[in-house]
Amino acid sequence: MTALIEVANLARSYPLGEVTVNALNGVSLSIARGEFVAIMGASGSGKSTFMNLLGCLDTPSRGQYRLDGEEVSQLSAEALAGVRNRRMGFVFQQFNLLARASAQENVELPLIYARVPAAERHRRAREKLALVGLADRAHHRPMQLSGGQQQRVAIARALVNDPPLILADEPTGALDTHTSEEIMRLLQDLNGQGITIVLVTHEADIAEYARRKLVFRDGVVVEDTKPPSASGREAGGEGEP
Amino acid sequence: MNLSDAGLSAVRSLRANSLRSALTALGIIIGVSAVITMLAVGEGAKLKVAEQMKSLGSNTLIIFPGTVTATGVRLGSGSRNTLTEGDAQAIANEIPRVLAAAAGMRGSGQVVYGNLNWSSFIYGVDTDWLTAREWPIARGRAFDETELRSGEKVALVGQTIADMLFGGTDPTGQTIRVKGVPFTIIGLLQPKGQNLQGNDQDDVVLLPITTARGRIIGNNQGRVRSVGHIYIKMQDGVDMTIAESQVRELLRQRHRLGADKDDDFNLRNLSEIVAAEQAASKTLSGLLAAIASVSLLVGGIGIMNIMLVSVTERTREIGIRMAVGARPQDILAQFLSEAVILSLIGALVGVALGYAGTSALAHWADWSTVVRGEAVLLAVFAACSVGVFFGWYPARKASRLSPIQALRHD
Repeated sequence: MTALIEVANLARSYPLGEVTVNALNGVSLSIARGEFVAIMGASGSGKSTFMNLLGCLDTPSRGQYRLDGEEVSQLSAEALAGVRNRRMGFVFQQFNLLARASAQENVELPLIYARVPAAERHRRAREKLALVGLADRAHHRPMQLSGGQQQRVAIARALVNDPPLILADEPTGALDTHTSEEIMRLLQDLNGQGITIVLVTHEADIAEYARRKLVFRDGVVVEDTKPPSASGREAGGEGEP
Repeated sequence: MNLSDAGLSAVRSLRANSLRSALTALGIIIGVSAVITMLAVGEGAKLKVAEQMKSLGSNTLIIFPGTVTATGVRLGSGSRNTLTEGDAQAIANEIPRVLAAAAGMRGSGQVVYGNLNWSSFIYGVDTDWLTAREWPIARGRAFDETELRSGEKVALVGQTIADMLFGGTDPTGQTIRVKGVPFTIIGLLQPKGQNLQGNDQDDVVLLPITTARGRIIGNNQGRVRSVGHIYIKMQDGVDMTIAESQVRELLRQRHRLGADKDDDFNLRNLSEIVAAEQAASKTLSGLLAAIASVSLLVGGIGIMNIMLVSVTERTREIGIRMAVGARPQDILAQFLSEAVILSLIGALVGVALGYAGTSALAHWADWSTVVRGEAVLLAVFAACSVGVFFGWYPARKASRLSPIQALRHD
């Protein structure tokens, strides 16, 4: 069976004045469906660059990226928007909710771009808000919600198109320990339902929630550890770098 | 993102910055109200000219006696009575498609009724004169051929006379004295209003030309049957330039003028006067059109400016939208609809303001103005075009942002 994510020699460099910064220096790995992967590394290690490439928010300078068997590294901006919309959901450190829209409207946003009719949008957004335990906060604005609640709204938004993949970039970075635990358990639940989760973090205890750890340094993967406890799971079998 | 979603989100973001939106729309508001006012004034002027043309009579030529040169001194127009009733008769008989050729002469004098008196213009006219001037009788009747021939002392009066001497009551059957001579009023003319020069056309007394000549307007210098003017009314669809040259040719023959001699009469084509009036109102419309286009242009630049600021301010929002799947054209549609809705709101307020301004002009400055539906449509369309044109660049700029750079922007 094909991996959900398969990258080969993935590299990204930025011109910075007269020098070129190699943020990512040829990464090859694959992530199977249903995995929960934590990406760690110091700042500048290339983990965020890698995440942005996985999220189709940025395009690689070199290398291949196959998502669910399809090569996406050379797609147009428009096709990439479709990939982001339907095949993955994002959870950011700063939540990235629209301040002027209610929780429900924020959750509906991906559905608007998926051209889902309004009635269907409302129904699905409410369903996902209920899933993250915020059914009674649907009409609150982000400002009226706590950090943990905002992140739950963001998770509901990531889930609303039922994508197979969730990319979480430091999802607990702006939250206290207790709330962080709640959010991580929610992500774990989702992983238990078969959703593949890739998480970027620099906190070791947060990484513990994942079953596989990738450590980045200087733009390459230097460590790829899979705890033996995870190997028994179906579809989590292959974890080659 | 479909149209109603885009519209809704545009309205929301415009409302979030309502003062800024209002100021941005101001340029469009001024532009559109200028367009509305311009078209209303233009339309009003056109209508007024058409009305005056009707009261002057369209398809009308008017002939006045010419000048005379005596021992090197050129006397003014009408200084010699070169026109006669015979000329009018000949024109009616010999020029094709003449509806009426009417002779008349004008003087002025005191008109007395009871203890009231009023100075008025006194016309001696023949029976065709009212036809040529397109001047219907409101009450009573016109004088007939017999009364004209025998020089009866009958008169037709204009509305102003009825107002001044009879206090607006029916003057027919009453007797007035014109320069001391008693005349029986047999008809009241329909009001005609002002002419192009602003003179009251209803301040007249019409007498049979035979009666008026000699007794009332004694200026015939010994020549019998001379007249002060000839009105020629052509049938509809006649080329007035051709008619003019035919009449000129005929009169030159009748007056036995050699090829080297100047006309001894003045031939005027009234449509030319109207055309001059039209040109004047066109100049005014043109001026307003220039103001309107400049302010629409400035308004458009204002929109572009604010949209560029808005794109920069909302870069992060654009990044979020892109991250969850907004295509470049979705972002383009969103910002473009904001620009268009802004101009549309500006247009609607501008229409209301233009309508109010137009009514104020009509009321205070006494200009005739007409606001037409087409004008409103045109103004709204122009404003929307401005919105699309000037909103395009900022919207495209937003749509071309890279998702990751937009997300990282603060």
